[in-house]
Amino acid sequence: MAEKSRVCSVWVGSETGILKGVSLAKKQAFNFCEMSHLSREQEVCVLCWGDVHETEVLLGCANGEVKTFSTEKGVFTETRLCGQIDEGKFTGLAVVDSALVTSVESGLVKVWKEGSTDTVEINAGKSVCRMRQNPAQRHRVGTGGKENGLKVWDLERPDTPVFTAKNVRNDWLDLRVPEWVRDLAFVPDSDKIVTCTGHHQVRVYDPATPQRRPVLETQFGEYPLTALSLPASPVSVVVGNTQGQMAVLDLRKGLVCGSLKGLAGGVRELQCHPSLPLVASCGLDRFLRVHSLEDRSVQHKVRLGTLAWLWTLLSLCFRSSLLQECPATHQGDEAVKEEEHGGEDEVWDAMETVTEKASQRRKATEGFRDGAEKMAIKKKKVKK
Amino acid sequence: QLRKKMQREKQRKKAKKQKKESKIAVQNAEQDANEPESVDSASAPVFPPTFSVSEIKNKQRRHLMFMRLKQEKRREKLSLKKKRRKEREALGDEAPPKPVPKTIENQRVYDETTVDPEDEEVAFDEGTDEFSAYFNRLTNPKVLITTSDRPRGRTVRFCQQLATIIPDSHVYYRRGLALKRIIPQCIARGFTYLIVINEDRKVPNGLVLCHLPDGPTAHFKVSSVRLRKEMKRRGKDPTKHTPEVILNNFTTRLGHSIGRMFAALFPHDPEFVGRQVATFHNQRDFIFFRFHRYIFKNEKRVGIQELGPRFTLKLRSLQKGTFDSKFGEYEWVHKRHEMDTSRRKFHL
Repeated sequence: MAEKSRVCSVWVGSETGILKGVSLAKKQAFNFCEMSHLSREQEVCVLCWGDVHETEVLLGCANGEVKTFSTEKGVFTETRLCGQIDEGKFTGLAVVDSALVTSVESGLVKVWKEGSTDTVEINAGKSVCRMRQNPAQRHRVGTGGKENGLKVWDLERPDTPVFTAKNVRNDWLDLRVPEWVRDLAFVPDSDKIVTCTGHHQVRVYDPATPQRRPVLETQFGEYPLTALSLPASPVSVVVGNTQGQMAVLDLRKGLVCGSLKGLAGGVRELQCHPSLPLVASCGLDRFLRVHSLEDRSVQHKVRLGTLAWLWTLLSLCFRSSLLQECPATHQGDEAVKEEEHGGEDEVWDAMETVTEKASQRRKATEGFRDGAEKMAIKKKKVKK
Repeated sequence: QLRKKMQREKQRKKAKKQKKESKIAVQNAEQDANEPESVDSASAPVFPPTFSVSEIKNKQRRHLMFMRLKQEKRREKLSLKKKRRKEREALGDEAPPKPVPKTIENQRVYDETTVDPEDEEVAFDEGTDEFSAYFNRLTNPKVLITTSDRPRGRTVRFCQQLATIIPDSHVYYRRGLALKRIIPQCIARGFTYLIVINEDRKVPNGLVLCHLPDGPTAHFKVSSVRLRKEMKRRGKDPTKHTPEVILNNFTTRLGHSIGRMFAALFPHDPEFVGRQVATFHNQRDFIFFRFHRYIFKNEKRVGIQELGPRFTLKLRSLQKGTFDSKFGEYEWVHKRHEMDTSRRKFHL
């Protein structure tokens, strides 16, 4: 069990409460289940990493329980009851300094501290479809829902939101444009937030500016956008809709760079790898697909429904150590051995000794960035 | 005709030579081949190996050469056949078994989602999905059949005939009502299925099958509808006995779901007294619906009579939840350019 869980690079939660670990090198999905009796009440609504080192996965279930799964040991270690069924399903889960932040569909965001039963509550509106944590400033959290615009909350000051987004101006018929934030993401090196809506819009907000309306708005397709993810490069965003169409949009102009093909059913969750140009998607067609963002081809396709229960694969977490389990298969054996040894230093050493292909890619991207910086410097000089 | 052909071939060779003289460097090999050609131009025409019939610019000559080519091939094929048959007869009992011809079904690309009959997890899934209430005998099907607005004669008759086939079904006229408003009312009145037959140009062409409490909605394309009047050698009208249901060839996970949808349309216990059977046969992603009455002449022989309408369905999309084409989540959508690229890959 422990070996299996260590090999897995992608974790997916299912509608029956099973946590599936997928090993892309072996193209197989392993099931990790706590109870012998499975039910739809245990439906996994949200998944998140329990800690920075990615050794624990937290699952939020439909009946209000938050389970902790240890990837090293391969077993469920803890269960906490964080809410009731009548409040709605979990729509967001985050960890802040050993405290747990949960949000439910009814709009309540709660901070559960370890050991004590006190909770800090934030009422984030009538409905919250998604709550996400800012990876840079971990005490900041963004929420959005149906007819409930984007709000950024600081958990240390739970009374008022730090940023409340204003709805777009009335459309050409002078009618109010309905809002429905389905998913959001914080852009890494800036204050900006990207949201995707159920009315097939993608909006970028910038709290640093005094403008509360979106800085950029684009449309994609005709169907609700259900998932959003930001790849390593800050310029683009990957979105998916209910028909299984996924696209990479450019955030500078708001145009579609390209679309990712292959999904037959609606996209439930998208996750980009933090450093590699890969995006994993799971959806209602019971497959996990990993696309490469460079050539938009499918690198891996794993069937998650050998357990055919899973017909909604709700959320997934990408391991950043996936770098070692890169598409190059000859690295696979090395990677597995290294992972088994464990320990951070070895992991970092291994990253440096990655073979030519990957290092060339990195060099190329680094070279490009350096070149861009030089150009920027030159331009500044010219201006001065 | 032969003389004409010989003349044509000579002219062709001359033209070719002239072309080649201008491109000496490239075509050295062909020139070497040409020299022996010019020597025996009077005898059989020998073309350089890179020549094909399509290079001849003159349509008539090209056509003639092509016909000759085809005839040659046919002759060879027939002679091969004869030879093989003779060998087969000569060997008699020892002859190897005849090779099985390749069909598209034979060559079907293995689908990863094919359901293993012993798969426990599929069994569990099916025990807890939306149809479990029906399969656990907790509910009986009650079907509402309606059409798109203002249906024409064929569609109306089709609906009426469907209503005779599906027990406990009711046909209602769609007075331009929105489906999203009909659905809560149906649920309140205890319906389990909603069938909407879409009509285009006086002919039914689409079917929306919505399982009611909160079940999946399947959208099909309907083609080849034959009403009772148009069927040859048909039997008398179907009686009110519950028919048996046959579901053929629904192998993949998606096929399983669709198969269960069809099965849940009919009540659990068929009345064998009625000797009626409804068949949903899936082949190459088309679902053929037939309704027969059977009679066992003796233990081994059955006679069947086709009654009732027949039609073919093709799945276009399967949506989770009740009918909501704009905001609903689709479990499977038919994408022609991505899924129909291979002739040997099927999804149901």
